Amino acid sequence: MKHPYIPHTEEDIREMLDFIGVSSIDDLFSEVPVSTRSSLNLPKSQDEFTVFTHLKGISKRNADLEEYTVLLGAGIYKRYVPSVVYDLAMKPEFLTAYTPYQAEISQGTLQALFEYQTMVCELTGMEVANSSMYDGATALAEAVLMCFRLTGKEKVLVARSVHSEYREVLGTYLKTRGFRIDEIGYDDTGRVVLEDIDDETAAVVVQYPNFFGVIEDLEYVRKKTQNTMMVVVVEPVSLAILEPPGNFGADVVVGEGQSLGIPMWLGGYSLGIFATREKYVRQMPGRLIGETVDAEGNTSYTMILQTREQHIRRAKATSNICSNHAHAALIAAVYLSVMGPEGLKEVAKRSYDAAHYLQEKLEERGFRKKFSGDFFSEFVFEVPEDYPERWKKMMEKKILGPLPLERMYPELGSVALACATEMTTKDDIERFLEAMR
Amino acid sequence: MTIFDKSKKGRRAFTLPEKSVPEYSLPERFVRRMPLRLPEVSEPDVVRHYTELAHKNYAVDVGIYPLGSCTMKYNPKLNEKVANLPGFRNVHPYQPEETLQDCLQLMYELKAMLCEITGMDDMTLQPAAGAHGELTGMLIVKKFFDDRGDTRRRKVLVPDSAHGTNPASASMVGFEVVEIKSKDGMVDVEDLRKHLDDEVAAVMLTNPNTLGLFERDILKIAELTHNCGALLYYDGANLNAIMGKVKPGDMGFDIVHLNLHKTFSTPHGMGGPGSGPVGVKRHLVDFLPFPNVEKEEDRYRLTVPKKTIGRVRSFFGNFPVLVKAYSYILMMGRDGLEKVSEMAVLNANYLKKKISRFLRVPYDGFCMHEFVASAEEVFKKTGVRTLDIAKRILDNGVHPPTVYFPLIVPEALMIEPTETESKETLDRYAEILEKVVKEAFENPDVLKNAPHRTPVRRVNEVLASRKPVFRWRGEYEAGDRNQQGT
Repeated sequence: MKHPYIPHTEEDIREMLDFIGVSSIDDLFSEVPVSTRSSLNLPKSQDEFTVFTHLKGISKRNADLEEYTVLLGAGIYKRYVPSVVYDLAMKPEFLTAYTPYQAEISQGTLQALFEYQTMVCELTGMEVANSSMYDGATALAEAVLMCFRLTGKEKVLVARSVHSEYREVLGTYLKTRGFRIDEIGYDDTGRVVLEDIDDETAAVVVQYPNFFGVIEDLEYVRKKTQNTMMVVVVEPVSLAILEPPGNFGADVVVGEGQSLGIPMWLGGYSLGIFATREKYVRQMPGRLIGETVDAEGNTSYTMILQTREQHIRRAKATSNICSNHAHAALIAAVYLSVMGPEGLKEVAKRSYDAAHYLQEKLEERGFRKKFSGDFFSEFVFEVPEDYPERWKKMMEKKILGPLPLERMYPELGSVALACATEMTTKDDIERFLEAMR
Repeated sequence: MTIFDKSKKGRRAFTLPEKSVPEYSLPERFVRRMPLRLPEVSEPDVVRHYTELAHKNYAVDVGIYPLGSCTMKYNPKLNEKVANLPGFRNVHPYQPEETLQDCLQLMYELKAMLCEITGMDDMTLQPAAGAHGELTGMLIVKKFFDDRGDTRRRKVLVPDSAHGTNPASASMVGFEVVEIKSKDGMVDVEDLRKHLDDEVAAVMLTNPNTLGLFERDILKIAELTHNCGALLYYDGANLNAIMGKVKPGDMGFDIVHLNLHKTFSTPHGMGGPGSGPVGVKRHLVDFLPFPNVEKEEDRYRLTVPKKTIGRVRSFFGNFPVLVKAYSYILMMGRDGLEKVSEMAVLNANYLKKKISRFLRVPYDGFCMHEFVASAEEVFKKTGVRTLDIAKRILDNGVHPPTVYFPLIVPEALMIEPTETESKETLDRYAEILEKVVKEAFENPDVLKNAPHRTPVRRVNEVLASRKPVFRWRGEYEAGDRNQQGT
C-alpha cells in the first residue's frame, strides 16, 4: 500500500538499505526486544476521500452553532470573525513552522508575536506580556505560582465569582504541593467582598468582569490588597471599553483570549493571556519575544530571557512550558489589527447594549436579575425550576439559551447566565423570549 | 516595519451591520480612559503585512525541518480541512451533552486508538501540550502514592540526556529531581540501581532516547523500577520511531504522554497549540483528570474518575488538534503507522551514515528516528562553533538541526529527518552539511558571520536579553500622543 505522505519507492528503500549495509528494514530494529514486539489492532489505511466523508458524516450530527441563536458564553464566545483573519492566520508559513529557535528565518513568527505582546499590553494596561499560555485557566494557575515565587508565601485568596473551571485547574496545580486556596464570597451586587487580608496571603484573584458578568470595583480591590499581589482574570474584548486592570495597579493580568477571533472549537484550542509588571519579568512563565538588532543594525526579533526556561534551567525553571499557543496568539494579533481601536470598542459596546436590552426584556416578563452590580455583556437571572429541561429542549428550535448555573453555584437556586455579543440581534432576543414563555 | 508603524488614524478594516437594539450607557466610573492604541489599518494593509511576515518564515511546507526530538514531519492538508468542518468548529463546550455526542464519539475513538498504539488501558485527551501531559502524569504519580499513604516517595529519577521539560514538570509537582548518568548513550543501569530506593516515586524515560538509541535494557529497567515500588513514565516525544513495532505499555511503562503535534502530524503552529494526551495502565485509571469520556450503551458521557487529580485545563483539551490526529490515524491505518516508523528509522540511519563521513557521530550502532553528531573537532581545529554551522546552513535555504542538545554531547547537532523526506532531499541535505563543514576549515569567517542570505543577518541575542525590549515603543501619531495615558 502506498501512503500519500511517505515518498519512498521500493527502489529508494533498496538503495538506502544497501548504502547503510543491511539487508532489511527489520535489521534496523534489532535492538528492540523481540518479546515486546506486537502489531497494531487498528483498521488498515484508507484514502482521503473515505476519511473525509467519514469525518464529515460525524461532524454533521453535531449542532453547528453558526445556525443557532446563541445566548450562552461563560468563557467561550460566539463572535463574528472577519474572513481575512483566519485566511491570514492559516498561511502554511505560520501554521507549519516550529518554535522560533533560529531567529534569522523566523522573523515572521517573532514579529507577529512581538506585536501580539504589544497589543496585550495595550489592552490590559500592563508593561509586559508573554507570547501565550495554553488557556485562561492554566494562565491563572501559573500566575499564582509566580506570586508564590515572588512573595515566598503559600496562600492565595480566590473570588468565588471566578470561573469555576479556572478555580478547579488552580486547585489541581496547587493542592498537591500543599499550597492553600481560600475562597472569597460575593454580595448582592455580585461583587467580591474582601475582609482584612492576613500576612500569609501571597495574592488575591478576582475576575473582571466576573463570571456573573458583573464589573468588579478594582479600585476597592487594590485598596484591600495593599500588602498582597493583585491578580485579575479578564475577558479581553471588555477591556476595549472598561478601564484596564493595569491602571488600577494590578500585578498580574491573565485571561482567555478565545474571543479575539478564535473559533469556539468546543472550548479549545484557545489562548491564555498573561501580562505583568516589568519588575516581575524574570519570574514570569512562558515564552517572551524581544526586539533587538542584527549584525548590520537592522531591527530584528528573537526569543529573550530564555535563561528562565526549562531547556536551560531544567528542574529550576520558572515553569515547564515548552509548546505554548503561539498560533492562537497570531490569530488574536490579526483579529486586533483588523478591528483596530474603534472596531474593538464597537464590538464591546454592541455586546454591552445587546445584553442590557436582553436583560430589560427579561425583566419585563418577570425574570429578575440576580445581582444589582453593573454588568458588561453577561448577567445572571432567576429562572423557573424546570429551566434546565426547557434549556435542552430549546436546542430543537436552534436556540442555545443562557446556561443553567445549578451545578456550578447551587447556593444561587434556580438561575441562568445569559450572554450577548455583537452578533446578538433583536430577532435573536425575541426568538429566545418566545421560547421562554 | 511593525503594524503599528503602518497605522494611520481613521483607517478601518472592519465594519459592523446596522444596530438592531437601542444603546445603553456604561456608568462613567467604569469607562476606559486610557487610550486604546491598536493599529488603524485597512484590509489590504493587514493582508500585505501578514503576507510579508509569512514570507520571512521557514516552515515544513517550505522545506526539510530536521530538528531532533521535534518530529517536524509534513502536516497533511486534510487535517486542516476536517478540523474546520462546521460541526467541529462551531460547537460550545457548555451546550447540552446530548448535542455533542459526535464530538465525544470522536474523542472516545481517538482515545481507544491511542491506547492501542501505546499499550495503555485508558487515556485523557485534556493536556494542551507534551509538557502539560508530563505535568498531568506527575500529578497522577503523586496522587497514586498519596492515596496509599506512601508519602516518603519524593524523588523522580531522570537520565542526564532527558528533555528539559522532564525535570521541570517533576519539580512543578514538588518532586526532587535526581539525574541518572548515561553510559555509552544509554541509561547506566548500575547508576539507576544505586538510586532506586523507597524514596523514588518515578523514573522518567524516553525510548528511543534523545540520542536516538533504543534503550536495550528497557525490560531490566522496568523490572528494577517496579521492584522498588516506583512507576515508570514514558515521554512520548520519540514515539515516531516505534509505532507498530513495540508499545510502551509492553515495555513496562505505567504512564505515557504523547505529542500529537509531533507523531500525529497536527502542525506545530510556530510553537503551539500542541496536544499531550496521557495514557495509563489499569492501576492508575482512577487518577486521570476529569472530565473523561466514557461510553454507556449508545451514549457518550463525561465522567469524573473516582480518585481524580482534578481538572488540568478548561473544557476538553485542544479539540481541533484531536480531530487532526484522528484523521491522520485513519489515513495511515495500522500498516501506515508501521511504515512511518520504518521510514523514519531508515531515513535517520541513511543520513547518519552519510554524515558520519565528515562529522563525528559519537554512538555506534543503528539509531532510531534521530541521531546526534558532534562538531567538537571542527570547533577545536577552526574555532567554528555548532551555532555558526547552524547559521551557515540557513544560507543554503534549509533548516539546521537541533543544536546543543542533548547536553551530554559537546557541540551537539541532533538530526531527525522524519519519514516524509525523500532520498533526494536527504542526499541534498548531506551535501549541504558537508559543504558547510568543509567551509569551516577553508574560510571560518564566512561561518562566524553567517547567515548572509536570510531576511535579517545574525541576530544579536545577547543584547536582546541584556536590554530587553518587550513591546513596540515607537511614536504614536501626534493626535494620539496628547491623550496618552500612564
